[in-house]
Amino acid sequence: MIELKNINMRYGAKLVINKVSAAITKGKITSLIGSNGAGKSTLLGIISRLIDPNDGTVIINEKNIKTYKNRILAKKLSTLKQTNHINLKLRVEELVSFGRFPYSNGRLTKIDKDKIDEAIDFLELDAIKDQFMDEISGGQQQRAFLAMVMAQDTEYILLDEPLNNLDMKHSVQIMQTLQRLSSEKGKTIIMVIHDINFAAHYSDYIAALKDGKIIHFDITNKIIEPSKLKEIFEIDFEIIENNDKRICSYFKQ
Amino acid sequence: MKAITVKMGILIALALVFCAFFLAYDLPSDWHYAFQRRSLKILAIVIVSCAVAFSSISFQTLTNNRILTPSIMGFEAVYLLFQTVIIFLYGDKTFVSVNSKENFFLSILMMLGFALLLFALIFKKGKNNMYQLLLIGLVLGTLFHTLSSFLQLIIDPNEFLMLQGTLYASFNDINFDLIWYAVAALILCMILALPKLKYLDVLLLGRENAINLGVDYFKTARFFLFLIAVLVAVSTALVGPIVFLGILVSNLTYELFRSFRHHILIPACCIICIIAIMGAQYLVENLFNFNANISIIINFVGGIYFMYLLFKAKKI
Repeated sequence: MIELKNINMRYGAKLVINKVSAAITKGKITSLIGSNGAGKSTLLGIISRLIDPNDGTVIINEKNIKTYKNRILAKKLSTLKQTNHINLKLRVEELVSFGRFPYSNGRLTKIDKDKIDEAIDFLELDAIKDQFMDEISGGQQQRAFLAMVMAQDTEYILLDEPLNNLDMKHSVQIMQTLQRLSSEKGKTIIMVIHDINFAAHYSDYIAALKDGKIIHFDITNKIIEPSKLKEIFEIDFEIIENNDKRICSYFKQ
Repeated sequence: MKAITVKMGILIALALVFCAFFLAYDLPSDWHYAFQRRSLKILAIVIVSCAVAFSSISFQTLTNNRILTPSIMGFEAVYLLFQTVIIFLYGDKTFVSVNSKENFFLSILMMLGFALLLFALIFKKGKNNMYQLLLIGLVLGTLFHTLSSFLQLIIDPNEFLMLQGTLYASFNDINFDLIWYAVAALILCMILALPKLKYLDVLLLGRENAINLGVDYFKTARFFLFLIAVLVAVSTALVGPIVFLGILVSNLTYELFRSFRHHILIPACCIICIIAIMGAQYLVENLFNFNANISIIINFVGGIYFMYLLFKAKKI
């Protein structure tokens, strides 16, 4: 389980995360939603130790994140940031192999290679695994990075806008992949996501941020309600029920 | 992997041929003295090449930028300012007051101090101040250069002549007293760095990804910045400011060996650098009859290549 206790983060004088405390359920998909500048990415960065908060603690499996050794933590928690620019002569398969670095320290074993192949398979990168990263499309790059994170095989996976640069087909595929990772392998996935319908359809829990605070945190269908969404995004929503999933329409204002 | 072995083989062979040629070319009949001097020269070239290759490639990886060298960041300017200040303070008693060994170790200390300063500025917790680093480095470098020039203007012309040797890179007046210290420093650096080369590979993916993969970014960056400082000090003390060469040889290496692995890139870059220096030195000695110094050739060729890199980068 991941617990956040009284997290504060300031950029200059601006408080971007304001006394956030939360507990994130294991084995489920949790989405962070909110408008631009609400603090979603910063919060995710703090959980993934990329950003050091001004106050407060992040606790993973009952242990403060700061007391972990880097390599041990890298086997428990993986993260992917919003944009990854690479202008290296690096092949897709080599990038995915980096996911095994915390385990192998650069020397790949049989288990490592199996995990790499599995990740490449899972994200349908077989056809392009020998191509260079700077010669493939943005969506393909995104999938290659996701494969790297998958090869890292961690209990917790933190993703900052994983659907960036992806077309609809691949977006759906990625979300289904994530769903499978969570249901079949018990991974805990926390992600920042902009498309409310993807969040509504695929996540188990939604945490809504506004002005650096978590204003709502509940199971998905309790958040996807016109009144709450209006409070979060400040626009009107119409909710369409479809089986037991909810679809939001927000184009008519 | 096989192509890399072939390329590496060709480069090593080429470097060996150059060395043999350099040793044997136009050897006088009483060859002992010339042979010994030339061997030392080759040793110096190898040391400097390794230092330049290592410092440039690791610096470029740390900064995620392939058109930088430690010299652009003012590392050499620190060295030059230090030398100028010593001459300014002691005048014609310089070599009595500070012998070349003391000077060497003091220089290394100064460079480490500079690295520490830069490090404190760039890697403030959780922030990625790369542009700030570039600006501060450039500004400090210029400041140190100007300060040196100012001091050089007001010192005695005779004392300036003593200084002149350190201002330009030259393999003709190598500081032979230091050569064994330089070898020791280089070997020490290599031994310390070898087990950490794999972390450089990961750093290529950028700070966030490196942290994600369990690399202690802070410690690794600090380690390599210090290493770079020592290596620049070694090569500058031995032959003068030559680190600009790093831009040329590192980028040639990236183009020849389309690899990201530092345990391939760095040795390859060392060998390319040896070949480049040997070639330039041959031009200095034979084509220009010692009338041009190697700095001029390196800056000329390096400058043109640098512009080529800039234009190429702009197109993408």
